[in-house]
Amino acid sequence: MFGSFDFAILWANAPFLWNGMLLTLQLTGLAVTGGLLLGTVLAVARLSPIKPLAWVVEAYVNFLRSMPLILVIFWFYTLVPKLIGRPVSSFYSVLIAFVMFEAAYYSEIIRAGISSVRRGQISAAMALGLTKMQSMRYVILPQAVRNMVPVLLTQSIVMLQDTSLVYVVGLRDFLTSADIVASRDNRPTELYLFVALVFLVICFSASRLANRLQRKYAL
Amino acid sequence: MIELKNVSKWYGPFRVLDDCSMSIAKGEVVVICGPSGSGKSTLIKCINGLEPFTKGTITVEDISVGDRSTNLPKLRSRIGMVFQNFELFPHMTAAENIVLAQQKVLGRDRAAAEAKGHELLDRMGLAEQAAKYPSQLSGGQQQRVAIARALAMDPIAMLFDEPTSALDPEMITEVLDVMVKLAEEGMTMAVVTHEMGFARKVANRIVFMDQGTIVEDADKESFFGTPRSERAQLFLSKILQH
Repeated sequence: MFGSFDFAILWANAPFLWNGMLLTLQLTGLAVTGGLLLGTVLAVARLSPIKPLAWVVEAYVNFLRSMPLILVIFWFYTLVPKLIGRPVSSFYSVLIAFVMFEAAYYSEIIRAGISSVRRGQISAAMALGLTKMQSMRYVILPQAVRNMVPVLLTQSIVMLQDTSLVYVVGLRDFLTSADIVASRDNRPTELYLFVALVFLVICFSASRLANRLQRKYAL
Repeated sequence: MIELKNVSKWYGPFRVLDDCSMSIAKGEVVVICGPSGSGKSTLIKCINGLEPFTKGTITVEDISVGDRSTNLPKLRSRIGMVFQNFELFPHMTAAENIVLAQQKVLGRDRAAAEAKGHELLDRMGLAEQAAKYPSQLSGGQQQRVAIARALAMDPIAMLFDEPTSALDPEMITEVLDVMVKLAEEGMTMAVVTHEMGFARKVANRIVFMDQGTIVEDADKESFFGTPRSERAQLFLSKILQH
């Protein structure tokens, strides 16, 4: 059956597929960065002693985590232009959706990371005369980050896979580009196999990296 | 040097400390004992402000711990504290554990802080362990590193919160030996412990607590001779049975 395969189709469409891959990588990179920043803020807010603030953030996190991502993408696609009163490109509406969505997940991972550090550690740091900020910076966060890096990386792999959902607002990510070629040239098998292989390589390398980091930094 | 006057503390409706008063003079070693849940640990954590208290005053060299204007980090840097679970920083080597606060709090340069650290580790018999991480050390070694970490700040007094309770029996001695030496060198110490052998050897006074109150505050001889309170007698008979 492999005799009828025509893998030359991949070469012929390489620039087109590469453009799709670029969008996927760009979106993943920006969404992970934005999600981590917003996620850290949310995590700190949720651990804050100011209860109303913690509750609002908790509601936000729980709400977004119970929504399917595709729905969130639709929302922001229709909502963002209405909110700011002018049209927004699909790319930015999707990026905002991803950042808001991922931040909810990242904040939980970061919060768990900070909470996983034994309470006695902050007492010990403060008993030595370190201020609260110094204790966070030199004692709590270095341990928290070690605990959460592997999980953050895993979540980012999921994020990469989820970028394929952007086809719903007409963007051409890697999978969508492959899909276009597949139906135009009637070569679905080759293209979907190729897409699977590329995702497999990226995700497998990333999980290996996560494992290695986990072993290296295990306390 | 350390003065507690009518200190009380509530967790909601539950009273953890009830009108506790005591003092520790310079060079004195005070052992605080009592059944678990009697408030001993809470009491010594109030001394360096790790635990807030509701009523009363605590002063350390005439600086009021509960006063809002007091620079607590500065005050804490002058009082060493040793915890039941050691609480070494697991992402740092033994040497780095001792260097951190010397640099960040006292502003010593790295070389001076490291020199101090090595001198102290040497004194603790741990010169070989300087580059090891806490997870590579035994409990007794970890606790001695923790003592060295506290001593590196040149404290005016040391607080010990059940320093041997988390240790295997064979490691208790190595930690107590260090503490005895420290006491003999004239360090001011408040020690929460059940180690009555240690108390007999070096304590000047014994404070017995039960249900948040100081039931007895007596010098060593009279405490072990004839503790006045029934509760102290009962406690002693229980822990000295074997």
